Amino acid sequence: MSLEAVQTDAEGYLANSDDWSEELATELAKQFDVELGEEHWKVLNAARAIETESGSSPGLRKISKRADTPIKAIYVLFPDGPAKLIAKIAGIPKPKSCL
Amino acid sequence: MTNSGTPKKRSLSVICSKGSFDMAYPGLILANAARMAGVDARLFFTFWGLDIVNQKKIDHLHLNLVGNPSSPVPAMIAGLPGVEALATAQMRKEMERLDIPPIREFIEMLDDAGADLYGCQMALDMFKLTKDDLVPQVKEVLTAMDFMDMSEGAQIIFI
Repeated sequence: MSLEAVQTDAEGYLANSDDWSEELATELAKQFDVELGEEHWKVLNAARAIETESGSSPGLRKISKRADTPIKAIYVLFPDGPAKLIAKIAGIPKPKSCL
Repeated sequence: MTNSGTPKKRSLSVICSKGSFDMAYPGLILANAARMAGVDARLFFTFWGLDIVNQKKIDHLHLNLVGNPSSPVPAMIAGLPGVEALATAQMRKEMERLDIPPIREFIEMLDDAGADLYGCQMALDMFKLTKDDLVPQVKEVLTAMDFMDMSEGAQIIFI
């Protein structure tokens, strides 16, 4: 689905998880000035996996452990609000965790 | 409707003045939440809050049960030897279960997330400490006025 057609909620999170695709993620990332590389995908896939398994959108700490990517690196990969950015690009809901 | 320009970046200043195990976390959690949401964050550790970043005390903070109106234990019991230590141990276990990091790790996490940590000059003088007594993540030792200057435009939380 193209970026123009995709629906997001008022805060910019994907409204319908079925709309997500890797292509869409790449387009969404570009909107935030992020170019997705291998390291980005490690993080995004970890976030999506945890969300699928637990039903709950994870915080950075869980993502960091699962993706085996240090917190410091995550802040470089997804600057300026990584918790929200990762969730938006990965097509998962806003994280409910405080960590 | 015209846009007056790019919105000013939000920033948060947290003043941590308490050193009990339970009161150490709120400041750290709020600063971390700010960083996760893209808000700049800086913390000022003053008075008992210095214990949170004191190398000798950071791993040994205690839960405050006596003189705490929210305490689940009556004051007379809470003051007995070992009760506070036991309650603290229980709280640590619960934190572990919820995957909330211990204070030292939390401070490292905050530093990695780009928060700036500062110690209070006056408090250090009072407790006869130097910057070397503090964890390496503390960037600098400042006066309250320095911290106020840094906090221009920021939202300030006092804990």
